[in-house]
Amino acid sequence: MTATSTPPSTSKPYAELKAPTTVRRLLTQPTTGPLAALLLACAFFSVSTDQFLTGGNFSLIVQQVMVVGTLAIGQTLIILTAGIDLSCGAVMAFGSIVIAKMAAEGTLPPLVAIALGLVVCGGFGLLNGALVQKIPLPPFIVTLGMLNVAFALTHIYSEEQTVTNLPGPLTALGQTFPLGHTDITYGSLVTIALFLLLAYALSNTGWGRHVYALGNSPEAARLNGIRTSRLTIGVYTVAGLLYGIAALLLISRTGVGDPQAGQTDNLDSITAVVLGGTSLFGGRGSVLGTFIGVLIVGVFRNGLQLMGVASIYQTLITGVLVILAVTVDQISRKKAR
Amino acid sequence: MSRIPRLPSSLLRAAACTGIAALTLTACGSGSGSGTASTGSGSVKVGLITKTDTNPFFVKMKEGAEKAAKENGVELSTAAGKFDGDNAGQVTAIENMVASGVKGILITPSDSKAIVPAIEKAKAKGVLVIALDTPTEPESAVDALFATDNLKAGELIGEYAKAAMKGKSAKIAALDLAPGVSVGVQRHNGFLKGFGATDKDVVCAQDTGGDQAKGQTAMENCLQKAPDINVVYTINEPAALGAYTALKAQGREKDVLIVSVDGGCTGTQAVKDGKIAATSQQYPLKMAAEGVKAVVTYAKDGKKASGYTDTGVTLITDKAQDGVTSKDTAYGLDNCWG
Repeated sequence: MTATSTPPSTSKPYAELKAPTTVRRLLTQPTTGPLAALLLACAFFSVSTDQFLTGGNFSLIVQQVMVVGTLAIGQTLIILTAGIDLSCGAVMAFGSIVIAKMAAEGTLPPLVAIALGLVVCGGFGLLNGALVQKIPLPPFIVTLGMLNVAFALTHIYSEEQTVTNLPGPLTALGQTFPLGHTDITYGSLVTIALFLLLAYALSNTGWGRHVYALGNSPEAARLNGIRTSRLTIGVYTVAGLLYGIAALLLISRTGVGDPQAGQTDNLDSITAVVLGGTSLFGGRGSVLGTFIGVLIVGVFRNGLQLMGVASIYQTLITGVLVILAVTVDQISRKKAR
Repeated sequence: MSRIPRLPSSLLRAAACTGIAALTLTACGSGSGSGTASTGSGSVKVGLITKTDTNPFFVKMKEGAEKAAKENGVELSTAAGKFDGDNAGQVTAIENMVASGVKGILITPSDSKAIVPAIEKAKAKGVLVIALDTPTEPESAVDALFATDNLKAGELIGEYAKAAMKGKSAKIAALDLAPGVSVGVQRHNGFLKGFGATDKDVVCAQDTGGDQAKGQTAMENCLQKAPDINVVYTINEPAALGAYTALKAQGREKDVLIVSVDGGCTGTQAVKDGKIAATSQQYPLKMAAEGVKAVVTYAKDGKKASGYTDTGVTLITDKAQDGVTSKDTAYGLDNCWG
């Protein structure tokens, strides 16, 4: 990155730092690296295969990342508070089975079933947050336990059966509308809207500033009058609600309620967050970075498939990129001090 | 204390602009991604989507497809889910393959029901979709199915076990796959049918996921529950070898009959070594090769393969029983996969 002249020994308040030039600010933006990686990947695939650079293909990539992307927004919020959520995929799977089963069996009207799914997922988030905050327990352990609880409940409640014949409202977000020559999936727009909404909330509201403050130093945040306990529980709850929306997107994308779904989505969402330049130590990063991160994974998966490269290489590349991203994060943290 | 990054409104604006630009590009794009499956390069493309990348059965299937693709001068691209049951991963693979302009897709569905909507979308774009190894639900969701008759595979080892028991009363343990997975259900039911038994005669049934370690654990627990077990039906050879390890630890490996399904090379060798009494061998290479040929035919003259093609199953054992047709392990090792 840049060679800043501040000695690493003492951390100075922001005001005393030399006013950064535009170039330097760009270079130290955590999203700059990921964005460069994404654009490079796009350029590479555009040259390598003539099917990559088309509207239809871009629409496809966004549609393919909408579920993990929505999970990753919640994951970003939690990681910004220096927590982590291993239960997101399992909670989403449970939410999707609740929605699908209730609606398909006619127990509840479709829209009420969807609302219940959101409430259930939000409830899991609330419970995670309460356990992390009130007892208190490490987020890793709480969400690891909750992963197993939600996974088991999914399989118990679904009786291992895939739920089919879903009513229309459940799959509405999987429908497409034409835009020019391309079909756009409604669900993609929902995901993009959620990213923009949370990006705005994090950077332009008091709540957002508090989340960053909490991630940087819970103690300092508390002494500054931030109600850290309420804030933490709130963040986990909002994340849970986002998993509920992801559950609906998942159903609309696949057209069924699948008890096997989401088994690797917890790690996939963490991957997206890390690739997007958000620090696992909390307090540093952004949801827009996460959007770039999730697109990087999607672009590689799609591009390599178009080139006819086996999917195992996509896994290999993702692994290398994750390690690179964390390395860059560490180096730039040192520089930022 | 590191500084809190303030997302300047300029960056938000930039993000919004990027979004709008992307949408504009999308709108003006040539849209071939959502068009029909057409090949740009003139060579025919075939896609193979397996359940996982790591299971030797699917690795072999891939090899069979690659060989057939080479012989027929077509391009093969492959993909797989991340784990057995990863439906979303398979849906994504189908979409990407359709976007890359494949003429046909061969798929071993991880979730027979859940994959159907994605298959229908691919078919609507003129892609021939063929299921290998595992049928979809409904079976008619794909154009054609090339697979082992799993019920028959189970029946063969059931009949064999019945004959080998020579009228002794059987205490059966079943090391199954997973609840609700059709392959496992069919083999299990086939075994019982061939044996002339019902689920009441099964003293212990456990799910193993077809995994050797889980097979061992399941067998250990079954022996705790019913020490007098003398027949073990297993979903596949890894589970069978796990069961063998558990039995050997208790010195029971000689007086318990283990039967299995698959016919992988490791498993067939285990039959030769006397660890497994008999196995129903199936032929993944053949499934893949037939599938590729079907796509080639479709590309040439537009004729779509249809219906179910049984790719065959053979009982492999070195202790042949009267009245049960079988081949020895020499044949088995010549034709094994993995």
